[in-house]
Amino acid sequence: MVHVTRLVLDVLKPHKPNALEFSCLIAEPGGYRVNVTVLEMDENTETLRVEISGEQIDFDAVQRAVSEAGASLHSIDEVDVQG
Amino acid sequence: MTTLDRLPLWLDLSRSHGIVRRYFVVNGFDGALTMLGLVIAFYLSGTEDLDLVAGACIGAALALGISGSTSAYLSEAAERRRALSDLQDAMLSDLSGSLHSSASRAVPWLIALVNGAAPLALSLVIIAPVLLARSGVALPFPALPTAIVLGFVSIFGLGAFLGRVAGTAWWWSGVKAVVIGLLTAALILLINR
Repeated sequence: MVHVTRLVLDVLKPHKPNALEFSCLIAEPGGYRVNVTVLEMDENTETLRVEISGEQIDFDAVQRAVSEAGASLHSIDEVDVQG
Repeated sequence: MTTLDRLPLWLDLSRSHGIVRRYFVVNGFDGALTMLGLVIAFYLSGTEDLDLVAGACIGAALALGISGSTSAYLSEAAERRRALSDLQDAMLSDLSGSLHSSASRAVPWLIALVNGAAPLALSLVIIAPVLLARSGVALPFPALPTAIVLGFVSIFGLGAFLGRVAGTAWWWSGVKAVVIGLLTAALILLINR
């Protein structure tokens, strides 16, 4: 069984929820470690680099949390998996 | 996450804390001043018919409550829909399953509740002596003057609340609100002479 242990995502989100609230929403479902870097900011949106680490990351749950926060996932930039 | 847990998040996402507070004070002040005016006018008329006073005051309080909640709901729902649509345009995506969407549906109800409940609750506090006297409870003071005093106390309370929000002297803000109440009372006195 292959487990995803680390993901780096490129995400676009509105200013609200802020980076702290957003990372808590992502971390909450699986108790993940989340690191968020704001790369770019315009009038209504922010582009983020979101790094998620955990023993077994549920990507669907992460996607749901991203959508619930009103954000959209642009790309998966880095992945670590373990077999 | 329960609805109650989501409430602070919804208020934060829609930046509605200030709006809720503003509606509470604005419509609460409407209710308190309307009741004060009514009670003063009844007092000056010399009526002893507490059924008449209670009926008129409850009618006015209900009308203020219903008007406050429906008008707030209609205007806030339109504003929230527009804000969500603007955000969707900026994000170039459909936000229908997001917290923003649920906030845009829930926040107008909350604002409507506050805007309707504030004048209704303050009105009921002010006319409580009339309602108590009418139902046979013996009061240490006559009902109408007691209601007038409660009206001024409520107005002072709203002013003091605004003072605390602004971070200024709460008592001074309360006094300013009472002065508005006194001016209203003076106008009513003038008209009823």
